Amino acid sequence: MSGRPTAWRLLTQNAVVAFGLGLLGVLVLIVLAAPVLPLLDPNVTDVLHRLKPPLFPGHPLGTDQVGRDILSRLIWGTRLSLAVGVIAALTAAFVGSVIGLSAAFYGGLADTLLMRGIDMLMAFPYLLLALAIVAALGPGLFNAMMAIIIVNIPFFARGVRGGTLSVVNADFMAAARLSGLTNLQIIATELLPNVLPGIVIGVSTTIGWMILETAGLSFLGLGAQPPQADLGGMLGEGRNLIQVAPHVATIPGVVILLLAVGINLVGDGLRDVLDPKLKSGGLARTHARTAAARGEERRRGLTPAGSDARLPLAVRGLHTQFTVGRQVYKAVGGVSFTVKPGEAVGLVGESGSGKTVTALSIAGLVATPPGKIVQGEILHHGEDLVDAPMARLQAVRGNSIAYVFQDPLTTLNPLMPVGEQVAETIRRHQGVPRAEAWRRAIALLESVRLPDAAARASSYPHEFSGGQRQRVGIAMALANNPEVIVADEPTTALDVTTQAQVLALLNDLRRERNAALVFISHDVGVIAELCDTVYVMYGGKVVESGPVADVLQAPAHPYTQRLLACVPVLGHPDRKIEPIPGLPPATNALPDGCAFAPRCDLAEARCRSGSIELVAVSGEHLARCVRVAA
Amino acid sequence: MSGAVLSTQDVVREFGGGRRWFGTPRPQVRAVDGVSLAVPRGRTLGIVGESGCGKSTLARMMVGLLLPSSGAIEIDGASVAELARTDRKALHRKVQMVFQDPLGSLNPRKTVQQILEAPLRALHGMERAARRERVAELMSLVSLRAEFAERYPHEFSGGQSQRIGIARALAANPEVIVLDEPVSALDVSVQAQVLMLLADLQARLGLTYVFISHDLAVVETISDEVAMMYFGKVVERGPRARIFADPQHEYTKLLLASIPGARQKT
Amino acid sequence: MLNSYILRRLLLIAPVLFGVTIIVFLVISLVPGDPAKAILGTFATPEAVAQVRHDLGLDESLPAQYGIWLFNLLQGDFGRSYILHKPVIVEIMARLFPTLLLAGVALVLSSVFGILLGIVAAVRQNAWPDKVITVAVLIGISTPSFWLGILLIFWFGVRLAWLPVGGMQEMFGGGGVWDVTRHLVLPSCALAAVAGAVLVRLTRGAMLEVMRQDFVRTARAKGLPERRVIFVHAFRNALVGIIPVIGLEAGFVLGGAVYIETVFQWPGIGRMLVSAISTRDILLVQGGVLVIAFAYVLINLLADIAQSLLDPRIRAG
Ligand code: SF4
Repeated sequence: MSGRPTAWRLLTQNAVVAFGLGLLGVLVLIVLAAPVLPLLDPNVTDVLHRLKPPLFPGHPLGTDQVGRDILSRLIWGTRLSLAVGVIAALTAAFVGSVIGLSAAFYGGLADTLLMRGIDMLMAFPYLLLALAIVAALGPGLFNAMMAIIIVNIPFFARGVRGGTLSVVNADFMAAARLSGLTNLQIIATELLPNVLPGIVIGVSTTIGWMILETAGLSFLGLGAQPPQADLGGMLGEGRNLIQVAPHVATIPGVVILLLAVGINLVGDGLRDVLDPKLKSGGLARTHARTAAARGEERRRGLTPAGSDARLPLAVRGLHTQFTVGRQVYKAVGGVSFTVKPGEAVGLVGESGSGKTVTALSIAGLVATPPGKIVQGEILHHGEDLVDAPMARLQAVRGNSIAYVFQDPLTTLNPLMPVGEQVAETIRRHQGVPRAEAWRRAIALLESVRLPDAAARASSYPHEFSGGQRQRVGIAMALANNPEVIVADEPTTALDVTTQAQVLALLNDLRRERNAALVFISHDVGVIAELCDTVYVMYGGKVVESGPVADVLQAPAHPYTQRLLACVPVLGHPDRKIEPIPGLPPATNALPDGCAFAPRCDLAEARCRSGSIELVAVSGEHLARCVRVAA
Repeated sequence: MSGAVLSTQDVVREFGGGRRWFGTPRPQVRAVDGVSLAVPRGRTLGIVGESGCGKSTLARMMVGLLLPSSGAIEIDGASVAELARTDRKALHRKVQMVFQDPLGSLNPRKTVQQILEAPLRALHGMERAARRERVAELMSLVSLRAEFAERYPHEFSGGQSQRIGIARALAANPEVIVLDEPVSALDVSVQAQVLMLLADLQARLGLTYVFISHDLAVVETISDEVAMMYFGKVVERGPRARIFADPQHEYTKLLLASIPGARQKT
Repeated sequence: MLNSYILRRLLLIAPVLFGVTIIVFLVISLVPGDPAKAILGTFATPEAVAQVRHDLGLDESLPAQYGIWLFNLLQGDFGRSYILHKPVIVEIMARLFPTLLLAGVALVLSSVFGILLGIVAAVRQNAWPDKVITVAVLIGISTPSFWLGILLIFWFGVRLAWLPVGGMQEMFGGGGVWDVTRHLVLPSCALAAVAGAVLVRLTRGAMLEVMRQDFVRTARAKGLPERRVIFVHAFRNALVGIIPVIGLEAGFVLGGAVYIETVFQWPGIGRMLVSAISTRDILLVQGGVLVIAFAYVLINLLADIAQSLLDPRIRAG
């Protein structure tokens, strides 16, 4: 648990939430202290002093239509409203959770019956159902509370069932079963602790509603009965006096508002802390392009571009970082490579090596926030894409530099026919009319050998298999005859046999059109088959590069050597696989010197300080290791 | 096969079927369609297939998490389905499982200590002190530092989490471990560590493995026998060397030819 | 493909409506005490009580009572109101349109403004428009709509005297469309404010969520202008999650209409329900609740159909 901020710390760190907590705390303290505060009796009438305005001597908030002290009634009323809201929320949450949990855990008929019943209840506007229940039970605070509880149970039951279902199918539930735990133990130690945060969020975000709803029933005269009054009841009494004595209705409303604001703020804060989805960096909107440091700062230390400038792509000294909280992740720490026309360049590395971030940086597609290009240039025929005007960058994207992404299921828009997704990019860059774009899209889909392309162009992504979807992805990338195709692990999500077909297709088509390829993969075998040049990445840097044959047949860098040694090779089952000890480095805590030093058995003192440069092994073959230096 | 510790006989598992509310029949799928296999004690059976071939369903049936629609699975001569109904604890003392997603198979709200103690207490009824000792032993068995036991799963990397998953399986002291794609979520350098660990544990503890994977090279490295699955059926099985050197079934040939680099190297 | 989903959805409506009648019937028949006595008062003669019990069908078994009740219901017979001395259906029909008008206008207002402001807040996340909207939303969801109604009456009706504050008696009497519109402004705004606040929040969250997804990156990688990325790719996907909530909001405004009609003396079903509850006019309550619940079920049906038209995955089932 060391270093992990507690929920409470996280809660109070957020100024807005802290404000909510403070507000709520003050209100709760006051109502808890009501019995000992020097308050007038809330129910004593004094007709002589009726409808006195606030600040009237003896009545700080004035009096109501029968001369009762508003301050006193307000505090006692708030006490009542708060109590009812909390009790109602807790009860509804408890009953709803039991129903939702059992429905999800036991499934089958129990689930069907329970959830059908819940569906029926949810077929009513809930306030109306509450009214019907109050109509049946008769007016009164307790009955109103019961009604509010009953109509809120379905919401909890549904929510908890959903949350439970996602946990029930988790592998750790199966693991608990295999560990010999009984159903009851599994519910208590595996299921509940994981569902509970969701329930807490549910309660904290609905207490506010419940207070408003019970206040509403009292307002209509169906809840608290005179002379007892909760906030809603006071509002209801003051309603008809709005013209003569506006304070009678206004003040209780303000208190309800404050109470609800406090509760909602705290509820939202709790949700942010407990919901893992929101925890990791929060929901930040991604911008249209990756943020970048200003020109001079970014080009600091770069040599002027030479003949590289004429190439379709030259990445020079690229540094891309992610800032999350106080942590800075140096995902890419100075990567340079060039792509000649028609060349196939491979970037290979393990997760966290920076290969994907490098690929996305090319067209400014790294998510911002939190990503930022802090140093380096991306030259496309000499033009720096990093600070090209937005319109210019958009004219390059999908046109002369096109992408194929990893998981074709999530990278295609689920609501758009695949043909339209291809045609859209044709219209964007070729400016042809709709019909023509559609015709070309079908021709492209035929060229990627999508069966029955003309008819299936109107189908949606979910109607295709993974391999077919990736064919669509390739068609989209080829649509405008790009000079460079950046393919980020395009076949990792596919089965082995499909993978081979899709790779062959991608390679054939890009050769036909003489497009260069930047191919990102963790699979040395794929790179060996597809690429001319390879860059091996580790800890955000290129550690070795050169012609594929040289690098993979005669690796010079210890990391490359050991990486190759730990991959099982088909047909050589008896070759000893030698794992690399330890873990790849975290990019927020890169060591000085060689990032591989902690795992390298050849490491020596000079590996651990300064910066180690790429040096030539032979000809084009470079490596970043002190032992290579001649 | 004599000496088989785990065997399946014509195992079938169907999903779906039945009718919807308004009488439209629901499609029925045979995820596993008549599989017969046997694993000799102390050896490794590799099962290879692509997604949807039924290999994970088969794995879950082998450990009693799912029951077969028909056919029999036996462990040590006892029926798995029978044990799953009558004496689950006895079953899980014999056979355990390691899952594909290392993090997903660990309860995020329990410490490693609690995760590892659960089977010790529930399956072996061990006392507190004995449990502590055994947890330390298990941690060192999978090469994790003992002080990691007090941490929560999210503090570990994928490879470390998978070691914890393996330790959890070992805690039951089983004869057979079914490994469902145990290394496919891991980076190659870490994958190699886990493969070596598995080989080492087998040698030391005499474990029997059923190793399920889509990765032919990995299966070839670790298995003694190999079965190829395709659409719920075993289309080819035999000793490792034979399968890889002289594949008989068209599907096996296609799969072997699809491996990147395979064409070059030969 | 398309029709099979809608057909299935239409077929499903029957059991839901059936369930709604059962629940309404059960709730009302659980009334403690004798409704006949409640209607006639404590001093009624036993004969009179027996007569009323017979009229209400209370001397039959519960399932039989339900059967008779449902049978009558299907013929449009909701019973008679003992207080108003007329058939329930007549009273409801007179009041249905004003309620649907009020709720409908509020729903449209809250949806349009809710979604628009939600998009603005998402697209300008953390800039001042987002902050202003976020604060407004917080106040919106924390304000009781009936209190907001009272404040609106006080400011715009009494202080500024811009708009009429109530007293809308006859929908089609004399005043014409302009008169109805003037009367509608304050109550529909009060009703729409809270519902709209909820939608702003939801839309903002949904947009932010969708904008992070891979296909948005794909759209950008294709070089599409940001406007098209946001509205064609992101917003349409966000809408799939927003539409069902608009369906739920319909329930919120239909229920909230009870408060607003009371505050603004709007001649709708909500106000009728409140007074029927206090006079224990059970059959009127029953009829009112049923009719509104039916309307709600139908609106949700429309929302589901709209959602399926947008999302091919739902059509596929
Ligand atoms: S620089 Fe040193 S630590 Fe790094 S790879 Fe070379 S020998 Fe190993």
